[in-house]
Amino acid sequence: MNIPGPLSQKPRLAVYKFSSCDGCQLQILELEDELLELAGEIEIAYFLEARRQALPGPYDIGLVEGSISTPAEERLIRQARKDCKVLVSIGACATAGGIQALRNWADIDEYKKRIYPRPEWVATLDVASPIAGYVYIDFELRGCPVNKRQLVEVLSALLAQRRPHLPTYSLCIECKRAGIPCVMVARKTPCLGPITQAGCGAICPKFNRGCYGCFGPAETPNIAALGRFFQEERNVSRPAMVRMLRSFNGYLEPFKTSSDDYEQCIQP
Amino acid sequence: MDKLPLHIVRRPELDRVFGLLRDNGYTLIGPTRRDGVIQYSEIRSLADLPVGYSDRQGPGSYELVKSETPRCFGFVHGADSWKRFLFPPKRRVFGASRQAGPQAPFDIDDLRSPPPAYAFVGVRACEIAAISILDRVIGSELLDPYYRQARDKMFVLAVNCIEPGGTCFCVSMNTGPRVTRSFDLCLTELGEEFGVEIGSERGAALFKQLTSRPATAAEKELFRLLLERASERMGRHLETEGLPEVLRKSVESPRWQAIASRCLACGNCTMVCPTCFCYNVVDSTDLKCRKAERWRYWDSCFTLEFSYLGPTSVRYEISSRYRQWMMHKLAWWHDQFGTSGCVGCGRCITWCPVGIDITAEASGFRETAPPRAVPATPQQAMPS
Ligand code: SF4
Ligand code: SF4
Ligand code: SF4
Ligand code: SF4
Repeated sequence: MNIPGPLSQKPRLAVYKFSSCDGCQLQILELEDELLELAGEIEIAYFLEARRQALPGPYDIGLVEGSISTPAEERLIRQARKDCKVLVSIGACATAGGIQALRNWADIDEYKKRIYPRPEWVATLDVASPIAGYVYIDFELRGCPVNKRQLVEVLSALLAQRRPHLPTYSLCIECKRAGIPCVMVARKTPCLGPITQAGCGAICPKFNRGCYGCFGPAETPNIAALGRFFQEERNVSRPAMVRMLRSFNGYLEPFKTSSDDYEQCIQP
Repeated sequence: MDKLPLHIVRRPELDRVFGLLRDNGYTLIGPTRRDGVIQYSEIRSLADLPVGYSDRQGPGSYELVKSETPRCFGFVHGADSWKRFLFPPKRRVFGASRQAGPQAPFDIDDLRSPPPAYAFVGVRACEIAAISILDRVIGSELLDPYYRQARDKMFVLAVNCIEPGGTCFCVSMNTGPRVTRSFDLCLTELGEEFGVEIGSERGAALFKQLTSRPATAAEKELFRLLLERASERMGRHLETEGLPEVLRKSVESPRWQAIASRCLACGNCTMVCPTCFCYNVVDSTDLKCRKAERWRYWDSCFTLEFSYLGPTSVRYEISSRYRQWMMHKLAWWHDQFGTSGCVGCGRCITWCPVGIDITAEASGFRETAPPRAVPATPQQAMPS
């Protein structure tokens, strides 16, 4: 992350919402212990999920939830970039496109026709995209939803003008520090942990499930190796591989290209 | 064998041992059955042990099964090693706090809570070897006071392996299966009873309070046979003769790429290895910038951050990270610490999610002709 220039005496925070489920904004509200402290350190100027009153920009820190999927959202994110010194996208929708980016592989007009009585009233872009597809982003916080501790770390780092310390290595490292027996080995459960970025605290393996990859690709994910192992040793079919990669972060590289390759039978 | 100082105690005496250790202030840690695997955690009595369970281990596979013989220690070592207790995966090093703004003085809280006095139950020969390797690495050089204290206080109730696991190769590494050093008491399951050996004064003092009898000649013979049979039934083998040289000559081998096409760089192998000691130190501040903390975490040479030098990671390719791991374990460790970094416990094989086998991969380098020789140690490779 670029360490921004000095922020205001009492930095002003804006929290934006685009196409999303509000889950990441809820993580901010659920900070509980830290929320009062946060309110003391910064001015919450724009955060519609929390308060109706919206103070005008400019802002010091902008947290962005959601993907860009309508022309109105495109206009708003460009304005947000102008209004904020530091822009941080939070959550899989903002960093990868999220679940709604699955429609990027489908025929959107077909969807519209099936769901809405007056499809011509629905204004939508061709694809749902991560924020970084439209504007420069200073930092990205992964996860569906984001992890509260990581959120506090990023905000604390911004306020202290230091680098945040967030891991980019595999979830396995976190899983093993927590002493969870590997579900791949002990249960033969396919787990995306080896190719997924750490940060969630290994929630799924803790509950004896494989990781779903909601924190997106780790620093150097060897998708081909894991995919080959799943197919050869765990009876995971090609279509299942495509579905595993295309969930929360399917539209983010290298999950995107790999999933396309599995679909088109290019990937071994 | 007749001179073998072997005593026999009945199984319920083990509860006496546990009770006596607890009365002496020890926290008992031993094998338990959790989440379908053997894990070391706090125990109180014989009933907490996974009696009658046995493990089946293979590359990337682990299964706990009910066995016909209701042995107390009918499995090999746990999924995790004792490293977790002596050198915890996450540890707060210290904290600092101040009352007012940037100019105000700050207080350091160096709350180094001392480790408990652990009594480790069911420590295997390879694990004792691993602890003595850690002693050389963190016990002296980096002077980790927590490790040192935990290590000095610990009581070792060892167990001889009479049924090695599918990924074990302690015989190749000359670390087992028989416990020969650094223990207080050592148990060997002989049917319904335990053979007991005494390894220290502390062990002798405890043993004196038990009801025991000397082993008969037949029991000593059984003990010998069981351990001999265990040595012959190792799940794996690694030819160590000249291995460091073979590996040093293979630095440029295309085999590393071949392994990297399967290796996920997930780091599991380093995390479960009882001798991998790498850690990272991370500082954090709070929202008010009034409190800071320093934490130490287990790290792994499979992460990019581990090898950041200047602007980038010098081990970007997975092949170079796997090479670092294997070369460190089997070659450079000798130069650095005078021993192998591997004790043959097999955990990295069992717990590699895709079952990469260090013994098979290392042997593979014997087959490929060495492309060119490189200097013995990385240090020597530096221009002087
Ligand atoms: S359970 Fe998943 S995240 Fe944990 S070590 Fe195994 S593969 Fe990695
Ligand atoms: S390298 Fe593997 S077999 Fe050797 S001590 Fe480490 S985990 Fe055990
Ligand atoms: S193999 Fe890697 S993690 Fe293990 S001690 Fe060596 S450098 Fe550290
Ligand atoms: S050898 Fe296995 S456990 Fe180690 S990093 Fe590679 S895939 Fe992970």
